[in-house]
Amino acid sequence: MRLKPRAFEYVRAVSLQDVFAVLDSHGDEAKVLAGGQSLVPALNMRLAAPEIVIDMNAVAELRGIAVTGGMLRIGAMNRYAEVAASELVARHAPLLARAIPFIAHPAIRNRGTLGGSLCNADPASELPACALALQAMFHLRSSAGERSIAAEEFFAGTYTTVLEPTEVLVSVDVPLAAADSVSFFDEVARRQGDYAMAGLAACAVRRGGVLRDVRLAFFAVSDMPHLADAAMAEAEGQPAADLDVEAVCAALGKGFTPQEDLTTSGAAKLHLMKVLTRRALTAFAGGEA
Amino acid sequence: MVKPVIVNLTVNGEPVSRAVEPRLTLADFLRDDLGLKGTHVGCEHGVCGACTLRLDGVAVRGCLTLAVQCEGAAVETIEGVTERGVLKDLQDEFVARNALQCGFCTPGMLISAGELLERNPLPSREEIREQLSGNYCRCTGYQSIVDAVETTARKRSGQNT
Amino acid sequence: MTDRRAMTVLDRPNSYIGRSVPRPNAARLAQGRGTYVDDIVLPRMVHLAFCRSPYAHAEILSIDTAAAAALPGVVRIVTMADLKDYCTPWVGILDHLKGIKSAPQWPLANGKAFFQGEPVVAVVATSRALAEDAVDLVEIDYRELPAVADMETALDPDTPVIHPELGDNLCFERRIDAGDVEAAFAEAAVVVEETLHFNRHTGVTLEPRSIVCDFNPAEETLTLHMSVQCPHMSKNLYAKHLGLDEDRVRVICKDVGGSFGIKIHTYSDEMTAGALSVMLRRPVKFVADRLESFTTDIHARDHRVTAKMAFNAEGEVTAIDMDDLTGIGPYSVYPRSSGIELNQVANLTGGPYKHRNYRVRARAVFQNKGVMCQYRGVGHPIAVAVGEALIDKGAAALGMDPAEVRRRSFIADDAYPYTSPSGAIYERQSHRESLAKLLQTMDYEGLRREQQELRGRGVHRGIGFASLIEVTNPSPAFYGVGGARIASQDGCTIRLDPTGGITCATGVTEQGQGTEAIIAQIAATAVGVEPRHVRVITGDTDVVPYGGGTWASRGAGIGGEAALQAGKELRRNILAVAGAILQSTPESLDIRDGVIVDESDGTERMPLAELGRLVYFRGDTLPPDLQPELVATRHYTSRSYPFAFTNAAHACYIEVDVETGLLKLLKYWVVEDCGTVINPLLVAEQTRGGVVQGLGAALYEECLYSPEGQLLNGSLADYLLPMAGEMPDIVVEHVTTPTETSELGAKGVGEAGTAGAPGAVMNALNDALRPFGARLAHMPFTPDKILRALGKI
Repeated sequence: MRLKPRAFEYVRAVSLQDVFAVLDSHGDEAKVLAGGQSLVPALNMRLAAPEIVIDMNAVAELRGIAVTGGMLRIGAMNRYAEVAASELVARHAPLLARAIPFIAHPAIRNRGTLGGSLCNADPASELPACALALQAMFHLRSSAGERSIAAEEFFAGTYTTVLEPTEVLVSVDVPLAAADSVSFFDEVARRQGDYAMAGLAACAVRRGGVLRDVRLAFFAVSDMPHLADAAMAEAEGQPAADLDVEAVCAALGKGFTPQEDLTTSGAAKLHLMKVLTRRALTAFAGGEA
Repeated sequence: MVKPVIVNLTVNGEPVSRAVEPRLTLADFLRDDLGLKGTHVGCEHGVCGACTLRLDGVAVRGCLTLAVQCEGAAVETIEGVTERGVLKDLQDEFVARNALQCGFCTPGMLISAGELLERNPLPSREEIREQLSGNYCRCTGYQSIVDAVETTARKRSGQNT
Repeated sequence: MTDRRAMTVLDRPNSYIGRSVPRPNAARLAQGRGTYVDDIVLPRMVHLAFCRSPYAHAEILSIDTAAAAALPGVVRIVTMADLKDYCTPWVGILDHLKGIKSAPQWPLANGKAFFQGEPVVAVVATSRALAEDAVDLVEIDYRELPAVADMETALDPDTPVIHPELGDNLCFERRIDAGDVEAAFAEAAVVVEETLHFNRHTGVTLEPRSIVCDFNPAEETLTLHMSVQCPHMSKNLYAKHLGLDEDRVRVICKDVGGSFGIKIHTYSDEMTAGALSVMLRRPVKFVADRLESFTTDIHARDHRVTAKMAFNAEGEVTAIDMDDLTGIGPYSVYPRSSGIELNQVANLTGGPYKHRNYRVRARAVFQNKGVMCQYRGVGHPIAVAVGEALIDKGAAALGMDPAEVRRRSFIADDAYPYTSPSGAIYERQSHRESLAKLLQTMDYEGLRREQQELRGRGVHRGIGFASLIEVTNPSPAFYGVGGARIASQDGCTIRLDPTGGITCATGVTEQGQGTEAIIAQIAATAVGVEPRHVRVITGDTDVVPYGGGTWASRGAGIGGEAALQAGKELRRNILAVAGAILQSTPESLDIRDGVIVDESDGTERMPLAELGRLVYFRGDTLPPDLQPELVATRHYTSRSYPFAFTNAAHACYIEVDVETGLLKLLKYWVVEDCGTVINPLLVAEQTRGGVVQGLGAALYEECLYSPEGQLLNGSLADYLLPMAGEMPDIVVEHVTTPTETSELGAKGVGEAGTAGAPGAVMNALNDALRPFGARLAHMPFTPDKILRALGKI
């Protein structure tokens, strides 16, 4: 009997056409509802007050996990628990499988969706960083057609993406992990399931003992997931078992200053980024990744 | 004024059809429209876990789901779980071990723990703690709850405690 | 005292005292069949929501409710001007706290708002959602005033005075100067000093504050369904401030979803609900939402303490000198005042130790933040952490083991009864025995070896102790002497029913701690029936004896003793009747398991049900001169000592990841001496729950404010609480030193866990970090602070 949303209309979409029809007529005043694990709290607190909510939970074309065109395609409305349980994900995108247990708590993972997390663009959440690390391709669709955009181009700031008001994220393509791919996911959080003080989604290819395509995507350190380009360049082409870890760590702070949060300073976040990087590179060297 | 929407679902096995405001959460719908007061509302932003219930077989937050979303769904609350008797051993163990004090978190705690035991019949204490990490209890300090879940799992698996 | 022991009922055959009997009300709660206030629906009930001040300090220039009032479903919108005929203001002072002052507090802001979240306009509507819709439409013009947020500068001459009529921002000051502190420090072998910060945190009961007020104009009665700890206190306060006849106010308190001291105070929004029920002549429900709870529930702690401790060369504490500053928000909270916590800090710091030189200056200052008042442990966590931090620091300086310094410094076992330099009187404590049992239980030497070995491998573990005393079983010295109508006595009425079962009505309340279970155990034992034949009624002022309810760990010690005496009296009454019926002397009979038996050999004479049948339905068969009274009431108040002090020894074992600054709780031990243990299971669970609240305070919980007095983390997503994943298993053991002030011998146990945990974990952390020369005394101990102390950032 307490925190109550402002009144809104409700549309139960069963197809993307249903979704586009409402988005086209209502634009900014409409809000799509995926898993609801971020939107509904915002509605309850009246931080979000759309005129109309379009429920996408019954839109079958937003579901499904399959390998197509040499990529792992994950429908936007797959729930975290479904992604975590998918054998295809475990085989082709082990980073995602590693990351999902860090997201919130079981009851949230039963309901929250991959697409919802990506579009919510919470800078502290895990999946946007994973998408960055994996060089995922996002498929956005509107009544006007479809466009594909790289994860690196998708995030625009805190809770902000390049998604147009009439557009929906329909699926995400992830390049299939090669046999010699390595990945690492970890975060430093005060309690299980908390937003991290700093987190790292990392992957690379370890070919002949040498690291290639090193990707270090941090979260909870900035207004959006942060790809540590300088550090990645420092590690690129280095022997996994004998690389200059401290040089990689030193590069994390080049041209990048983490943003503090309520209880963790930027300095602590930078320090934790280094700790996580050391752990990742150790894992890459040791074959436990 | 926003028009109510008709929603048809089953709640604890009984068919229910009601006209609801779209803004009504599932937790409030159960409590206020159906009189199922066992689903407790502790934060209304999805953190405390007191309103955890089962929606189509999986544990979800009742405050983060809208009632209108439950068209065709099967919802089960602590009342239904109790009636079916599926958690009776766990409930008995909670009482024996005093794994509840004020009782406000208990329905959500039981639903969460019950889901774990279905998936993992013999969880470690760490796994139990991890499963319950999204259910806030201010009274017990959690150890008694972990004990009760662990004991139930062992008894179900035929192990002596 | 052997005679006293022989006379007690504790040794009766089939005693249920000391047994881990499950709680009779737990099964109901485990099935979701509790009745919390929000579950109550009354005919014509309306719902309340508030426009609350977004500013910490502001003048209200104008209020426009026209658009909101026009919304369908809105029943009434009121400001303070509308309530003036319905409710009087209150001032949270107590006569015995010399010099304490505060300003009148109104149910709604009266021209000015003094903290963020203070209710300004009340909206009544047919649903909470509609009331919130209307709140959105109310237009209030504020003029923001400078906020006093920092307690350190609250008394500076250029800081604005929050309530100009009070003259300054000082609410209360307490000073103690006992012995010769200067000389003791001058003579000391070792002096250590520390400045400690105790974060402001709050109770976060899972069930928020809730009230349904039901005014019946035909009878001029007000029935309050409340989630509270002290029904009779609430009855008095609502009658007094709503101008009602106290005899016509009834408080009903069914299941309470946690309280911990949060639900013991007067809250503006709840009083407004009462006033509106009288005004509208219909039931009004108010349930605080979680965001409202964070800004308006009482907060706790918020102390800065600078203290030093002197030791002699033998490692004994000889003196303490301390300055405590605490920020209490804009009002001293009514009716218990916000001076008590500071008073406890002053009274109890260094409580287990034998120093005779003790100096304190403690000040409570006003500020434009949420109000601060009594929450579980009241002052004890500060007093304990300060004393125990200094003991550990002193031990390090002396080159001695911290457990040994405690052992040497404890008040001598033969010194009791003992009056502390602050004037507290201890009947008897078991510090040495408790610490010895603790060291044995935890395998202290083994842990020290393990710690040493692991350090060599870069694993940094720490062991922290906290020895403590705790105020329980309060006498009228706590509040009654200060003029507050808060009962320290409590009563119990026990009735034999025709079935042979008994029904107990008690003034102490059930908040989940197990009151109903222990009252049943005591009554069952005293009368001679099985606990399953005992029903316990709590929480209805029309039904239960007048009493104080749940506060200051008094339920078992005070309410339990009343139940014991009432049960004994009922047993005497029953045996008098039985003797007449059975033509035996009452002294030759006993009641065991619901049967009247021969005292000597237990031969069954008559079931209680048969006696009940005869008395209630066949009075014609009884001897003509026999008037059976199968109901008895007894009250109890502690008189011989102002308080029954308990003691405990805590230890905490932790590991610090010196790379991430994360602190992992490995294990926790408590040896508790709360006198007679009525139900070991419930005592252990009270202790564990209390410890975890203390760990929350030390590691996670903090109300973070901006310099403008804005709460920055007022949601459950941002305010971190202890959760299952991080809490340790907690071993609870006992030493039993019954209080001789009562026959039952029970002292309280509800708060001691919270009292000890922050100090123990702080000491463990600093023990772990000792090789790095790092030290922390600023709670909560976040990874950021730990990394900073380690010089990593």
